[in-house]
Formats: sequence, structure tokens, C-alpha cells
Amino acid sequence: MIKFFLMVNKQGQTRLSRYYEHVEINKRTVLEAEVIKNCLSRSKDECSFVEYKDFKLVYRQYAALFIVVGIDQTENEMAVYELIHNFVEVLDKYFSRVVSETLNLLQNVFSLSKL
Amino acid sequence: MALKMVKGSIDRMFDKNLQDLVRGIRNHKEDEAKYISQCIDEIKQELKQDNIAVKANAVCKLTYLQMLGYDISWAAFNIIEVMSASKFTFKRIGYLAASQCFHEGTDVIMLTTNQIRKDLSSPNQYDTGVALTGLSCFVTPDLARDLANDIMTLMSHTKPYIRKKAVLIMYKVFLKYPESLRPAFPRLKEKLEDPDPGVQSAAVNVICELARRNPKNYLSLAPLFFKLMTSSTNNWVLIKIIKLASILLFFGALTPLEPRLGKKLIEPLTNLIHSTSAMSLLYECVNTVIAVLISLSSGMPNHSASIQLCVQKLRILIEDSDQNLKYLGLLAMSKILKTHPKSVQSHKDLILQCLDDKDESIRLRALDLLYGMVSKKNLMEIVKKLMIHVDKAEGTTYRDELLTKIIDICSQSNYQYITNFEWYISILVELTRLEGTRHGHLIAAQMLDVAIRVKAIRKFAVSQMAMLLDNAHLIASNTQRNGICEVLYAAAWICGEFSEHLEEANQTLEAMLRPKVTTLPGHIQAVYVQNMVKLYASILQQKEQAGEKEAAQEITQLMIERLPQFVQSADLEVQERASCILQLIKYIQKLQAKEVPVAEEVIALFAGELNPVAPKAQKKVPVPEGLDLDAWINEPPSDSESEDEKPKTIFHEEEQRHSRHRQPEIDEEELARRREARKQEQANNPFYIKSSPSPQKRYQDTPGVEHIPVVQIDLSVPLKVPGMPMSDQYVKLEEERRHKQKLEKDKKKKKQKKEKRGKHHRHNSLHTESEEDIAPAHHVDIITEEMPENALPSDEDDKDPNDPYKALDIDLDKPLADSEKLPVQRHRNVETLKSPDSEVPLVEKKSKKPKKKEKKHKDKERDKGKKKEKEKK
Repeated sequence: MIKFFLMVNKQGQTRLSRYYEHVEINKRTVLEAEVIKNCLSRSKDECSFVEYKDFKLVYRQYAALFIVVGIDQTENEMAVYELIHNFVEVLDKYFSRVVSETLNLLQNVFSLSKL
Repeated sequence: MALKMVKGSIDRMFDKNLQDLVRGIRNHKEDEAKYISQCIDEIKQELKQDNIAVKANAVCKLTYLQMLGYDISWAAFNIIEVMSASKFTFKRIGYLAASQCFHEGTDVIMLTTNQIRKDLSSPNQYDTGVALTGLSCFVTPDLARDLANDIMTLMSHTKPYIRKKAVLIMYKVFLKYPESLRPAFPRLKEKLEDPDPGVQSAAVNVICELARRNPKNYLSLAPLFFKLMTSSTNNWVLIKIIKLASILLFFGALTPLEPRLGKKLIEPLTNLIHSTSAMSLLYECVNTVIAVLISLSSGMPNHSASIQLCVQKLRILIEDSDQNLKYLGLLAMSKILKTHPKSVQSHKDLILQCLDDKDESIRLRALDLLYGMVSKKNLMEIVKKLMIHVDKAEGTTYRDELLTKIIDICSQSNYQYITNFEWYISILVELTRLEGTRHGHLIAAQMLDVAIRVKAIRKFAVSQMAMLLDNAHLIASNTQRNGICEVLYAAAWICGEFSEHLEEANQTLEAMLRPKVTTLPGHIQAVYVQNMVKLYASILQQKEQAGEKEAAQEITQLMIERLPQFVQSADLEVQERASCILQLIKYIQKLQAKEVPVAEEVIALFAGELNPVAPKAQKKVPVPEGLDLDAWINEPPSDSESEDEKPKTIFHEEEQRHSRHRQPEIDEEELARRREARKQEQANNPFYIKSSPSPQKRYQDTPGVEHIPVVQIDLSVPLKVPGMPMSDQYVKLEEERRHKQKLEKDKKKKKQKKEKRGKHHRHNSLHTESEEDIAPAHHVDIITEEMPENALPSDEDDKDPNDPYKALDIDLDKPLADSEKLPVQRHRNVETLKSPDSEVPLVEKKSKKPKKKEKKHKDKERDKGKKKEKEKK
């Protein structure tokens, strides 16, 4: 089950947050801060799955933007990883004038056949 | 009037829209909070306007602010207003805000029921869509009950866009209103074969989630899923179907309903594993194959090929340079480990390599795997490796993780894998040298546990603890909660309890009486004080037996001098204990002055062994016969007084509350009858798991001392720190010991072989030592914990009564009874209304929008009317 979906920039500011379970407002900011700290402190060659408390975080970095999804133990981590990429591609196709050029560049890097 | 309108529109020109707000926040980085509160004031003004576009804009900005962490629940009613806008773009904003901030506690949710129903039956598919999406985030049991029928009909809508959303939201509806599951299930099944792949995928997802909690109800769907699995080409759907298959299998293994399912699945799964290039699908297949093999593991030799295939694939994954794949490989390996440890152990080298990886997640996974892969043989070397890591990982949370893992590995299954407890204690002492850990209590608990349970080790443990107490000034500097100073807690207790093993009791007592001790946390000081007395008692006894009266009196004097510093402590426990003990010792001093031998009586204060108590012991204390816990202790105050004091009701339609009936007194016979009936039920229920009654303490004092093989300590190499043990020496000692054991066993085996010829001895003569051959240096003496007498063996308290998934445990194969049809809202006619007031409006279908205040009032009355009707029913 996906617990939450976050898009965060490199400075740690939340650009988008969507929770699929009710979490208190003040707890949300704390949660986000911790999650972001965890993800930002990882280097490029480390794997994209982080264990955090009782669920896992799957994150992907796109230029200056981090997309983090919180999932529980029953979910297939790889599938969520691909899902994030799928999401970014959809956004890219739909809002192509809004999404930055760097994303277009990255599209070549993450080749579509990887799915 | 005209001027007002012009002024209004000029004001509106200066309204900020969302983009302006975001830009503004970015520009005001320093005084963000002030700027935002300014914006919120503006928003409040905007919300007071009549214009729906303005309100929608305001709510849009509020949604953004909520995402940043500001509470917007005060605007709930305004959000509902925006939800009821006729224009789709505004409606969408309203629903988005609602989905972000409404939850079960929001009391205005009931006002939305009608609005949502209107939107669900709207001709515009986008209205319906947005209502469905928004509703899923804040559906409550009431909403679910009222709207279930509408959503069910939407599942068969002409447009797949709507069908998809309806199917998905039914899951939420099922959770909140479980009675809807049976009526809706046939339609859900139909959707599995829907021509549109999106709808099909949605249906698969919903059934997957449902089956996860209550798999037995969905076993009948297994053939259908099998068909889907072989025919589908969409990877996302395949992943879900395979996951569902593994869930069903897992359950199928427990009941003999579908044994063939596992066998049938292996073929297509192995095909998929070979053919797919998608890593996620591969991973899912491997997981499911593991689940299949677990379920078939009983006596299926030809499936070892599949296990080998899996392990091979996983090895490839782990060796891959992509960290993600490594992680997944390790994760899946740990699942195999549980049932097929042998196939995994051959890859131990690879896993130990992963321990050195720079990626923390991978290291954690590897650690987990290690947990299952330790054996008596390799425990020491593994822990040695981990200790090296601990040294390297200075100042990170990873170190804490390592520490817990080391202790977990060592202490699993009652210390099954530890052969030499001296080594273990020395490891624990080395761990105390870590700074800044938050697991001091864990180490302390381990020390206590080992010292209590392994009697042979007490002497060694006590000497180590005495040393710790001496060096307490090194440890006491870190006084944070759960810091390493917790170890002193254990040290003091062990020295006090087993003081007969202490060599230099005087020195230890003085170490405990140092003034620096008062800087320790209160609970530790309390333990110190208590154990001081135990030590004092044993010293007293020693001195009196040796006839050294002056020494005895000196000790007493020392105690009297030093105890007052504890009497002045701020901690209550410490103060109390210290003052009690001070009085006791003063009394002893008086007796000593009269030359009366007191030691025996003082020792008698601490007679008896303290054994570990089971964690559930308190709950299991049986209620003695004749005690009725439900009987009133005092009669409750009578209800007649409270009725007189009730003020006159303002709304005359409010019903009189019935006085609550007092609980009928259940007499003892009734209790006994119920107990019997319950036991009968439990005996007949095949799913009730009975645990075996707790065994009596069979482990008496083993003649442990004689069983310890004599170990030769090589003293030619001086130890590095006098008194501080180095765990490495134990590793060497252990090897020597085992070597000797092996030689002895070989001699015995040779004798046996000569005697019995011509029989199969291939297995016995293998020189690879099995686990059981290694006899431990010290036995764990106390394995069972104390329980109160006549404790009931069963364990009933694990189930959570509020679990929503439990309510979904419904048998789906029985045909639908009439009573189970979903409630459909009907028109309320005037004649059927029995209530005296007729102000409640009749028909709810009027879609005119009156002024909002009136609407609010009417809604409230309408709902009150509904509630009354329900009460009457």
C-alpha cells in the first residue's frame, strides 16, 4: 500500500504532498522533514530504497527534484520505482511546457525500454 | 449599490491567485510565517464574498497552504460551498481541498452526502469522476452506507473512466461499511473480465487487497486468476495477479483446499522468470515461487530445482552492480532463508561481502540475513566482523542498529548459538565502551539476563561488573536517558545479588559509595543503594565469621558516613531507600556496640533466589474462586436524582433519555457455565490455536561445574589491559576446545565403526561437524520463566477488536439473502413522518440553491430528521 507521495526540492521544501492515510497536520511536517533528510543524505550510487521506521521509502532524483513514495512491507519496491518514472513521464507529456528542460534530457538517460 | 459593486470588482483585481501566492512565499523567505498569516487573513476576507470564483480561488490557495503544514479545518464549510459549485473547475478545487483535509472527525462531512450523490448521478462524467476521487479520501461509515448503492451502479457505467474509479473506491467503501461487500461482490467479479484493461487492473487491485486480509474467502477465484495470469501481457497487472497468487497460496498451504494450485503455478512462473526483462516482474515472480515452495516444501524433492533456479537468479541480482537489484536480491534471499536455510548458506561469502558495502540499506539487509545464517560455528567470527564495523561506524544511527543486531543475533532462541558465555560477556563489556549509544538498557538487560540464567558464568560476570563499577567515572559522564550509564544499573545489581563471588567486596562497596554516584540518574542510584546493602550484608557475614569485629564496625561506620548523600537526593525512590537503610544500619551499629552477632539476620533479609518472570505473568494471575470482578463494590448513585436536575429541554422534539438499566448481577454459576461453554467452543473450533501449558521448571541446578571442560589459558602472551578481557582470546580458546572435542569424538566413532561393520555409516563419518556436535562450554540453566500458579495456558489478548479487516471476513460464496440488499434512499413522504414537527423539508431532490445560511439550517434539520427516523427504526 502506498502511504504517501512527496515531491521535494533539494533545499528540502515540499513541492507536492499527497497522503493516502489520515496523518495529523503537525505530524506531516515532521515526517516530511525526516524523510527528506534521509533521502538527501544518500549518495548517487546507493540504492533507492530506504528503510524508515515501519515502512520503506522509494525515492528517485530528477535534477533538483526528489520524488519520494512511502510504501509498506507488502508492496513490490521495484514496481513502485517504475511507477515513479511512469508518473514523471506522464507529467512530462501532459505539461510539457511547464516541466523543465532538464527532465527532457533525463528522459534519454532513463530509457523507456527499462520498464 | 453600484458603487459597492465597482468597489468589489476593484478589490477583486488585487486578489492573489495561487501562482502569486507561491511566488510571494518564495520571495519572503525570511519572514515567511508573517507573510503567510497575512495571506490567510486575505483569504478569510475572500471567503466572505458571495462570488463563487473568488471562493474557489481562496480555497485553492488554502490547499497549497495546507500542504505546507498549516491547518485549514476552520474553512471546512467554505470548502463544501465550493464543492457545490456548478462549474467543474471550481468543483474540482473544492473536492481536492476536501480530500486533503477532511477526515473522520470532521463534523460537517454529513452535509456533503447530498452533494456527492448529485455529482455521482451527474451527466457530466468529469463531475462524477472528481466526486469519486475526492470521496475516497474522506469516506466515513455514514457516507459509505448512504452512497454504496450509487457507487455500485456506477461500476457498470458505460464509460470505463467512471467504472475504473468506481471499482477502486468500492474498496474504501468495503472497509468502512463491510455489509456492502456481499452485495457488491458479484459485480466486482464481473469487472475482472472487463474489456478495458484499466478497469480490469482496478478490479485485480481491489481483490488483491481484500484477499490479503481474508484469503480464504477468495480461494474460489483462483482458477480465474490463473487464466488471467497466462493471458495478460500488461506488466503492471501481471505483478498484481502474481502477488495475489502468492497470497492465496500462502493461505492455501494451511488448508488442504487447493494443493494443486501451487503445482500448476510453478510452470508459468518459471516461464515468466526466464522470459521477462522487467526487473520488477522478475522480482515478483521469484517472491511467488518462494511462496509456492514454502507451501509445498513438505516432501517435494523435485522442486529443489526450482529453489536452485531462484537462488541462482537471486545471486545474479545480488552480484549486479545496480544497487537496487542488490537490495531486492538480499530481500528475497531472506525470505528463502526461513524455509531453506541450507540453500542460502552456500552464499554466505557473498553476503559477508555485502556487509562491507557503502550503502546503508544493503548493509542492513545483509545484517538481517546474517541473523538467520549464524550457527554455533560461525557466530564468533561474524560478531568479530560486526565489532569491526561498529568501530568504523562512529557517530551514526547505523551503529545503534548494529548494536541491536549483534545482541539479537547472540541472544536468539535462548542463546542457542553461544557456546562460551565468557566470550559473550566480554563482548558486552566491549560494547559499553561505545559512546553516545541509545541502547544502554539493552546491553544492561542482556548482562542481567545472562548472569541470572547461566549460573556457571556468575563468577566471571561479577568480576567484570566490579571492574565496571570501579571505572564508573568513565561511563558516568554520559548521563542521558538510556545512555551507556544504564550498564551501571546492571553492574550494581549483579554485584549485589551475587556478592558471594566477589573477591574484593570492600573495594566494590567503596566504589559504590563514591560521591560521583549522585550524578547518575535516579533509577540507577536506587539500584546502587539497594545493592550496597546486599554487599554490606555479605561483607558483614564474612567479617563476623572471621571474627574481625573492628573491620565489621568500620564498614558500618563507612556506610553511615556515606549514606546521607543519598538521603538528600532529589529522586524519591533513592531518598526513601536510603533513609530506610540508614536507620537499619544505625540500629545494627547499636547492636554491634553491644557485641551481638547480627550478620545472620542481615543476610536473612536477602534470602532466596530471584528468577526471571515471564512477561505475561501479571495477566495470567488466575482470578481466585469466589471473586466476582463485575460485582459492584459500592452501589452506584440512583438515577432518580439526576432526572430531577435535568433542565427543561429547549427543543421539544428531543427525546427523553431512558435511564440506563443496571447491569444484571451475574452470579457465580452463570460464570462457571459460561467458562465451560467457552472451553467447549474452543475445543470444537478447528482454527483455535491452543498453546501447550507452560512447563514446570524442569531445569534444576545442573551439575554445571563438572560439565565444563577444562580449558587451558595460554598466559605467555600478556593481556593488553590488565583486567579488561579481549574477546579474541576466546575465539582462539574456542577453536582449541572444539578441536579437542572433535578428536575425542573421532576416537569414539572409530571404536563404533570397528564394532558395527557393514552398515551405512556414510553420514556419520563425514567430518563436517553438525551443529549438535559442538557442546557448549556453559549451559543456560534457567530457560523457562516464572508464571503464577494455575496460570491459564491460552493466549487471547493479541487480537485488536477495532481491526477493520476483521469485519471483512465474510463468506462470499453463499447466495445473497434478501436482508442483505444495500439500503436505497427513498423519498420521504409526509404521511410516514410521525414526528410532531413538519418543518423538515420533504423532498431532497430540489437542486435549487437557496442562500447558503438557509441551506445550512435546512441541512442540519434534515439530518436531525434522518437521525430521528433511524432511532425510531
